[in-house]
Amino acid sequence: MVGLQILVDGFAISTLYALGAIGFSLIFGVSGVLNLSHGGIMVIAAIAAWYLAGPLGLGQYAGSAGGVVIGALFALLTYALVVRPIQRSRAIPRDETEIFVLTGTLLWGIMLQEAIAYFFTDSPVTVRPLIGGVVDILGVRTPANEIFTAITCWVAMGLLWLFVNRTRAGKTLMAAAINPRGLTLLGYELGRVYLLVWTIYGVLAAIAGVLLATFLGTSSANVGVLTASAFSIVVLGGLGSISGSLLAAYVIGYLETATAYLVTPVLRTIPSLLLLVLVVYLRPQGLLGRR
Amino acid sequence: MRRLVLFLLLLVAAFLPFGVSAYVLGVLTLAYYFGVFAMSWDLLFGFAGEVNFGPTFLIGLGAYAAGLLDNHGWPVWFDVIAGALAALLGGLVLAIPALRLRGPYFGLVTLVAVLVLQQVIVIFAGVTGGEIGLTINDVLSLDPKINYWLAFAAMTVSGALLYGLSRSPVGLILQASGQDPIEAQALGFNVAKHKIAAFAVSALFSGFAGAMMVFYLGTASVNTVVDIAVGVQIIIAAVLGGRRTIVGPAIGAVFLIVAAEILRPLGQLSTFVVSAVALAVILFFPDGLVGHLMHRRGA
Repeated sequence: MVGLQILVDGFAISTLYALGAIGFSLIFGVSGVLNLSHGGIMVIAAIAAWYLAGPLGLGQYAGSAGGVVIGALFALLTYALVVRPIQRSRAIPRDETEIFVLTGTLLWGIMLQEAIAYFFTDSPVTVRPLIGGVVDILGVRTPANEIFTAITCWVAMGLLWLFVNRTRAGKTLMAAAINPRGLTLLGYELGRVYLLVWTIYGVLAAIAGVLLATFLGTSSANVGVLTASAFSIVVLGGLGSISGSLLAAYVIGYLETATAYLVTPVLRTIPSLLLLVLVVYLRPQGLLGRR
Repeated sequence: MRRLVLFLLLLVAAFLPFGVSAYVLGVLTLAYYFGVFAMSWDLLFGFAGEVNFGPTFLIGLGAYAAGLLDNHGWPVWFDVIAGALAALLGGLVLAIPALRLRGPYFGLVTLVAVLVLQQVIVIFAGVTGGEIGLTINDVLSLDPKINYWLAFAAMTVSGALLYGLSRSPVGLILQASGQDPIEAQALGFNVAKHKIAAFAVSALFSGFAGAMMVFYLGTASVNTVVDIAVGVQIIIAAVLGGRRTIVGPAIGAVFLIVAAEILRPLGQLSTFVVSAVALAVILFFPDGLVGHLMHRRGA
């Protein structure tokens, strides 16, 4: 009985983790950027969805859609205002770009967090779920919203897979990940590819942010935790490997849920942290990473 | 010229207690401890080329070791030394396996170390005081002037030692192994040994200042000495002041703490403004405040 409960609850959480982390992983794979304002973008999308749906009275459908659009816009803003200037700067040595991008996006994330706290306070808000009601899965009472969340995430990830593997633009993206110089020699403009990947990333992160807020709620205080969890999932799975991130999201999601149910919710994050340390020591390229 | 400016700054700082209020001294006392943290971090990043996302792991170890010993009745100075040694030991345990890893992976291990320490402190709340924090019964001094001078001494002495180390042959080898580890190794230097030594020195100073700071604050809590946010502030201070200069990070730390204090009337927006200024500096003067001045003079 508890086993079944873990299976069902863990699935929804893990799927959300996966969607949140995949965009993060995609950006690293294609442009080598670890975006530490990731959590900020997720929370902005969620808060926008809540504000449009509730106080502005647009209803939950328009609200959620608006939240995703605003989240994606902020992802593009992150690229245009922080990441691109650092990558293009002549004053920053090549081999230090990484640490500057990390510090810059971290500062940007803090700015987003503080701005949200200032305009919308830091008290948690919950986005109204798109679907209400409860469904019985083999005796486990599950909110319909959890199932909807899992389905939406999988549809989004499926579309991403189709896009990357079946369309011309998607293949360009993959090529940029494998050999950016080769791609430029073929006459493609890398700037456009980066713009595309940041848009995709923004949409994925924003969907994950809005959906997460429908059943766990969100607040500006979550920014750091969300970034950290995406970061650890991506490293556990292997930097740049999308299937690795997927696997790692389920490992961490189920590990956390099982600990919360079987041991105590207080220790929820401990086993996954220990696993992370172990994997980083023994297999630094992550579960499915190639190096 | 540069030395003269620095000397004058230090001179003014040393005689400050005769001119300003206890409130200003209090702010600066904290800022000086942060200066030590930022300088220790710079030795590791600026010279050894390793990004340590977990300076607070070392600071927290020092702070809590000192606090716990104090609660068991040991004298203050013994606690401070023990705190520094605890951080050194913890740093070695962390660094020896972790330095086999490169770039973001090393950074990640240090980040996870902070999260684990934080959880351990919360779980063993019976001993450590958990989320509320550990109350320290002793203080360094009741006089704000003495506290200020102690912090000032801690910063100048640590700064002088770290600066001297960075200009010594060992510092050069560190810099070489940070920039091109393969070539440094080919020249016959033991890169791993030097990096571990750098980490140990960084840990020793961080733990020492962390231990001093808890006796000034009268409490050791997760929010003040362990939380990732504190570590982030240290990294920002170092990059802001100018990495690879040792002096820069200390100035960056003082600037950051004082700016946050001056902007306090803005309320919640103060952190926003400080972050925005730091971001602007990183974008437009990537060498940091001090680094920028030095380069212009040099050119």
